[in-house]
Amino acid sequence: MSAQPQIKLTEAENALLMAYTEQVGDLPGNGDVLVARDRLITDIKTRGLPTRRIEAWHYTDLRNLLRQVPANTNGDVKALEPLIAGSAVFALENGKVVRTAKAEGVTARGIAAMLEDGTGAFLMSPRGDDDAVGRINGGFLRDGLEIAVADGAALAEPIELQVLHSGGQSHARFVVSVGAGASARIVERQQGNGSAQALVSSVSDLTLKAGADVTWVIVQEQGVSDTHLGQINFRLEKDAKLRLFIVNAGGKLVRQEVHGVTVGEGSDFTFRVVNLLGGESHTDVTMTLGHDVPETTSTEIVRNVVFDKASGVFQGQIRVAPDAQKTDARMACNTLLLSEEGDFSTKPELEIFADDVQCAHGATVADIDRNHLYYLMARGIPEKKARALLVQAFVAEVVEELDDEPLVEALEDVIEGWLERHGN
Amino acid sequence: MLEIRNLHARIAEDGTEIIRGLNLTVKAGEVAAIMGPNGSGKSTLSYILSGREDYEVTEGDILYDGESILELDPAERAAKGIFLAFQYPVEIPGVATMQFLKVALNEQRKQRGEAELTTPDFMKRVKDAAAHLKIAPEMLRRPLNVGFSGGEKKRAEILQMALLEPRLCILDETDSGLDIDALKIVSDGVNALRSPDRAVIVITHYQRLLEHIVPDTVHVLYKGQIIKSGDKGLALELEANGYADVIEAAA
Repeated sequence: MSAQPQIKLTEAENALLMAYTEQVGDLPGNGDVLVARDRLITDIKTRGLPTRRIEAWHYTDLRNLLRQVPANTNGDVKALEPLIAGSAVFALENGKVVRTAKAEGVTARGIAAMLEDGTGAFLMSPRGDDDAVGRINGGFLRDGLEIAVADGAALAEPIELQVLHSGGQSHARFVVSVGAGASARIVERQQGNGSAQALVSSVSDLTLKAGADVTWVIVQEQGVSDTHLGQINFRLEKDAKLRLFIVNAGGKLVRQEVHGVTVGEGSDFTFRVVNLLGGESHTDVTMTLGHDVPETTSTEIVRNVVFDKASGVFQGQIRVAPDAQKTDARMACNTLLLSEEGDFSTKPELEIFADDVQCAHGATVADIDRNHLYYLMARGIPEKKARALLVQAFVAEVVEELDDEPLVEALEDVIEGWLERHGN
Repeated sequence: MLEIRNLHARIAEDGTEIIRGLNLTVKAGEVAAIMGPNGSGKSTLSYILSGREDYEVTEGDILYDGESILELDPAERAAKGIFLAFQYPVEIPGVATMQFLKVALNEQRKQRGEAELTTPDFMKRVKDAAAHLKIAPEMLRRPLNVGFSGGEKKRAEILQMALLEPRLCILDETDSGLDIDALKIVSDGVNALRSPDRAVIVITHYQRLLEHIVPDTVHVLYKGQIIKSGDKGLALELEANGYADVIEAAA
């Protein structure tokens, strides 16, 4: 603690450091973990949170946007029914595991214990200099789950990871590996109850072994004053297939990072995002994907609906390594801009070092088609409902593509519910 | 049922006046044909009746059941029972036809204070109406009007009309793009809806459709006014002699 801060800290940064000082006494971890925590927090103290001068945070100036950090005062959390009936539910409340499930082919253990005995010290390594999400998460991490799906297991029911809070702070971690040839559906739900402000961080590390097939869905429905910092890191081994679907339908300040690499030939990444943005929220989805080996494929489609004074960001970086020939990567970002005061920024980045590849990206912005609106209204559908139908139609395409009826219906309900609350 | 009084209307965007003092009364149970050359304002009239925003009424009034509807938006007019079968129905990708039909039916019922239909009741109604119009179930599984042929779109419009059971049906050039067989199916669909408490306005260029949907009254629209009214004999006269004589007589 002798190093002088090199910068003048903001109110939120000071609150964050204060919160650490208050919490560190009862955060789990042996000596190694504690040293690592201190290092992460000292990084924040000396550098401050990232500003727009840091490339990865150019459109989300965290230092200026994060105005307040709530104290770690947690109340009761209401239990949540799973999105899909019959799911194996694992739940965290205010950053602590409160519920685990048993399912054939699935083993799970708590991360708090891994921190206590030091085997979880590896969780304290940030991705790089600009990894503010990893630093906050590691610094304050209390608990989480390590989940392994056995080789060859075909899970009939989804695993649902509930990350719930009642305001205050919540920092969660998941380490998930899906064995060779195994298949699983994993639903991650980020949600609070009540109106107390929250600071939530949630980081997941996912490994798909050879031939594994995984659908991972993130449903983020934080409250209107909450800050949500999410990150999912994944590795795809040979012929592994990952479908990652994110629905952002809440939060005041949201940063959801996706960092992946294909390390085995024949692996495929399908990425779909539905951003439902309203109020005065700011939502940033940042993806970096490394096609590191030959013959891997990816498609990314981001659909944004912007109401009110909301602003949104999609940064999509695709790197193709020098020997990753026959890579096929296609990225699209489509925005339905329904308010003159809303905005959406898209930054595609293709870094291609191989010469025999296919990479494409495109972006569109549009408003609701007036002829469509008139037609629906002429059939007796009131304007608000007609607009909601057309907005739903805009995102329906990527939802239906999941081709998994209970999942599609559950997501359509989430989207419909949001539109009923926010439709103008 | 419908009374249009000295209606003047223009295109909102550029102020071009299209309807210039139009008077028309249509009674319950009546089938009224509106005929006229291209550019006389036929389609505009249908859009104005449905409440399309692109047109502004500058003078006069439209009374439906004795009350002005000028302040009502298209959805409110539809819920009161006004239905326009479009000349060019739009394709809406991403909106499933069945979902659209169900939402439209139930939203109208809600606005009228009626209970929503149960799913089995709704399905049965659609199935029955589709069978009468020879609409294949596959068509209803597609997004609304997407990839429908011209004839399929027109049949889909009549299907919507049959399901929504409006009291004032406006058919805008429903015969355009239809072959003889399709014309017969569509006309039968319309005729099946004829009843003493329902009025139908048939907008058309040609006598052909009126052989199938026989009108009680025929009105000639020219330069935004009704310049002549008569019975079905007037349509035959127009078919034989063209519009020139009628226009000249009115001038």
